[in-house]
Amino acid sequence: MGSSELKRSKDSVSSDESARRSSFPDEVLERVLSLLKPHRDRSSVSLVCKDWYNAERWSRTHVFIGNCYSVSPEIVARRFPRIRSVTLKGKPRFSDFNLVPENWGADIHSWLVVFAAKYPFLEELRLKRMAISDESLEFLAISFPNFKALSLLSCDGFSTNGLAAIATHCKNLTELDIQENGVYDKGGSWLSCFPESFTSLEVLNFANLTSDINFDALEKLVGRCKSMRVLKLNRSVSLEQLQRLLVNAPRLAELGTGSFSQELTIREYEELESTLSNCKIMHTLSGLWDAKGIYLPTLYPACSNLTFLNLSYAALQSVELAKLLAHCPRLKRLWVLDTVEDKGLEAVGLNCPLLEELRVFPADPFDDEIVHGVTEAGFLAVSFGCPRLHYVLYFCRQMTNAAVATIVQNCPDFTHFRLCIMNPGQPDYLTNEPMDEAFGAVVKTCTKLQRLSVSGLLTDLTFEYIGRYAKNLETLSVAFAGRSDWGMQCVLGGCPKLRKLEIRDCPFGNAALLSGLEKYESMRSLWMSACNVTMNGCRLLAREMPRLNVEVMKEDGSDDTQAYKVYVYRSIAGPRRDAPPSVLTL
Amino acid sequence: MSKPVEHDYIGLSEQPLPSMEKRSGDTNAEKSGLRLKDTELRLGLPGSESPEREDRDQNVLSLKSFVSGAKRGFSDALDGGGKWVFAGGSGGGSEGLFSPRRGGNNNEGNDLSGSDSGLKDGVAPKPLVVQEKKSQVAAGNGNTAPASKAQVVGWPPIRSFRKNTMASHPPKNDDNAEAKFGSGCLYVKVSMDGAPYLRKVDLKIYGGYKELSSALEKMFSCFTIGQCGSHGVSSRDGLSESRLKDLLHGSEYVLTYEDKDGDWMLVGDVPWEMFTNCCKRLRIMKSTEAIGLAPRAMEKCKNRT
Repeated sequence: MGSSELKRSKDSVSSDESARRSSFPDEVLERVLSLLKPHRDRSSVSLVCKDWYNAERWSRTHVFIGNCYSVSPEIVARRFPRIRSVTLKGKPRFSDFNLVPENWGADIHSWLVVFAAKYPFLEELRLKRMAISDESLEFLAISFPNFKALSLLSCDGFSTNGLAAIATHCKNLTELDIQENGVYDKGGSWLSCFPESFTSLEVLNFANLTSDINFDALEKLVGRCKSMRVLKLNRSVSLEQLQRLLVNAPRLAELGTGSFSQELTIREYEELESTLSNCKIMHTLSGLWDAKGIYLPTLYPACSNLTFLNLSYAALQSVELAKLLAHCPRLKRLWVLDTVEDKGLEAVGLNCPLLEELRVFPADPFDDEIVHGVTEAGFLAVSFGCPRLHYVLYFCRQMTNAAVATIVQNCPDFTHFRLCIMNPGQPDYLTNEPMDEAFGAVVKTCTKLQRLSVSGLLTDLTFEYIGRYAKNLETLSVAFAGRSDWGMQCVLGGCPKLRKLEIRDCPFGNAALLSGLEKYESMRSLWMSACNVTMNGCRLLAREMPRLNVEVMKEDGSDDTQAYKVYVYRSIAGPRRDAPPSVLTL
Repeated sequence: MSKPVEHDYIGLSEQPLPSMEKRSGDTNAEKSGLRLKDTELRLGLPGSESPEREDRDQNVLSLKSFVSGAKRGFSDALDGGGKWVFAGGSGGGSEGLFSPRRGGNNNEGNDLSGSDSGLKDGVAPKPLVVQEKKSQVAAGNGNTAPASKAQVVGWPPIRSFRKNTMASHPPKNDDNAEAKFGSGCLYVKVSMDGAPYLRKVDLKIYGGYKELSSALEKMFSCFTIGQCGSHGVSSRDGLSESRLKDLLHGSEYVLTYEDKDGDWMLVGDVPWEMFTNCCKRLRIMKSTEAIGLAPRAMEKCKNRT
């Protein structure tokens, strides 16, 4: 507090009105600012003046870094001395779909080393698409005595041994959230590493892990962690075991079941039903792996307060879903598999008037011989029944312009519209026309649109629409679309709030790439793969814009003049030094 | 119509892919009491590596490699009677489903990439098309993305965790198929080489192969009307069953289907019920897709005038 006190004494010397107005005591300012949470607001605040910049940096306890290479850990530590919680994102989003080479980077270790020195009291670490080794996890576990919450989403490079290290050493752990990672699962013994004296866990999510866990250890752990409110099990946990766990944790707010398909006796069924009926405060339900329709009724009493139902690993039929939804009047978020088909989505429209988010995943994405799946009819049905819908992720095999136009008329408040017509470049199946008008309707009608993913047969007209109308668009994902550079130029020339642009397999070339020269510094990143961009174009971009990192990922055997995968991002840390040989920084 | 004739197509599957192996406990086989293996046309793909292709139609890859490893099988198939083989060589520019035999076999250039380009206009060249990673396929019960399907890397955009989860524990496809069966419809896609879009037929509503073929002919006639004149086929009103057969046998097309294991089979070998049980999709394929097939087929069609 030394420097701010000095400042204060200096300020209190002057006496005129304006000085008094501007000599707002720093401690008060810091106190006020400490109540400000959203990182974007904090960024704005820090730009007001030097005093506010300082007050903000001293009062900030959580830092969000959307691209781990945009800044270095040293710079972060220098600016923010009091951080307790860090959120870090690493690889480009397309790494989720295997488009980024294995050893690309985004390793957490260098960050941990700096944090151990500068933030010894670090409590929370939330990572997305980062590479983490077991050694790093162990280092984390022993370096931060106050460590409380670890969340890993879509990360890779570690095994259950790393989790064992966390369990062993983090005495104050409240949250362990392992989601959708590439974990090398060596078995479930890591759960036994939580000491007998350990009781603080509130959030435990290991749904990602595939192997059997030590159920005995889990049961004891759940039994002694009385504050547990989130428990998400993996598939190896049976129904009977679930029932035993729930007996000890009726106050769960979020439950992820294990496998929902064991053969139960009548008595076991009734026990399960009765235990679940005690879970009245549950607001989130997931898991339900291999759910058998006959056991779903056991859930009904627990669903009355459900706001988020994740059935995306349960291949339910339409009738089963309809019956379940009849018990979920308060549902706001629903994730399903397309096995429920249009009829199931009709039931959604009928039973869930408060629905705000819908995600429909394909059960058989690589299998074209579908006998089931969802179509435009299902989406329409939901839009008629759920006017508050604002987030949709929809995988389908057919769509029409007319349907989308109607959908956005019914639900004009879309903030996230992610439509994936799974066959690349497929037109409106009724009129055979491109899907331009569909997305045109989306951007014209949904003025609050922040995120858009397009698909189907699209000409440059789609991008003209986007550039002209999508004034709040921040994230755009494009695949197998467009006709010429003009399309991408429209987007880069419009969309004032664009932050992330990811493009694959589109006929956009150097002219398009270079048209965004001035724009890229206001964006987080640009990804272009399998487009028509050449090395020369990338070199030119790198030369003109020194504060951008322009990285080209080489493919074996590809033409040396073509830039097959390009990743461009702004950075104050300069070009990165840990790029593998296949990644060229220009 | 077609009897359950046993065929021993030998020497075809030199290098079967791991994922092409039959899943153990095929419930359909057990249920129908038939020994499917005896009647099954097992055709293995030549190798597990699929070359990078420019053509995005996944079926072309599978059929090209399938056919090149199965030359004899196809010719043998043509020899048999009573089967739905659109035998005949020749073809010319645009495809007509029931265009009769023509003079030359100048159809080879018109592969699917040509016909597809009309549909996928303006899309970037050369998407990377490779087969789905074998490790994922091998990991599970085998009912994963059929190996015969070439896939675009990273498309559809599904996270690896979800892909692997669904792959190793497929969402009860068989049960669903049974349920669908019971509930009264069994829609399968029908594609035709050269047609810009696919159709769907409900196999349940047909009593047998005859009805299916008439329906298909009606469905795809719109792609042939334009060409009929230039190829000298008169109006197709009142196309009788026998005339249909003549046309089918006289034309350049072969009706094939993909079964549950991902193998491409000739339509007509197995009893109708067995066929509807295991047919997942139909393809009206140009017989000249079958490399080496054309010469024999041409002979055939000339003989059938």
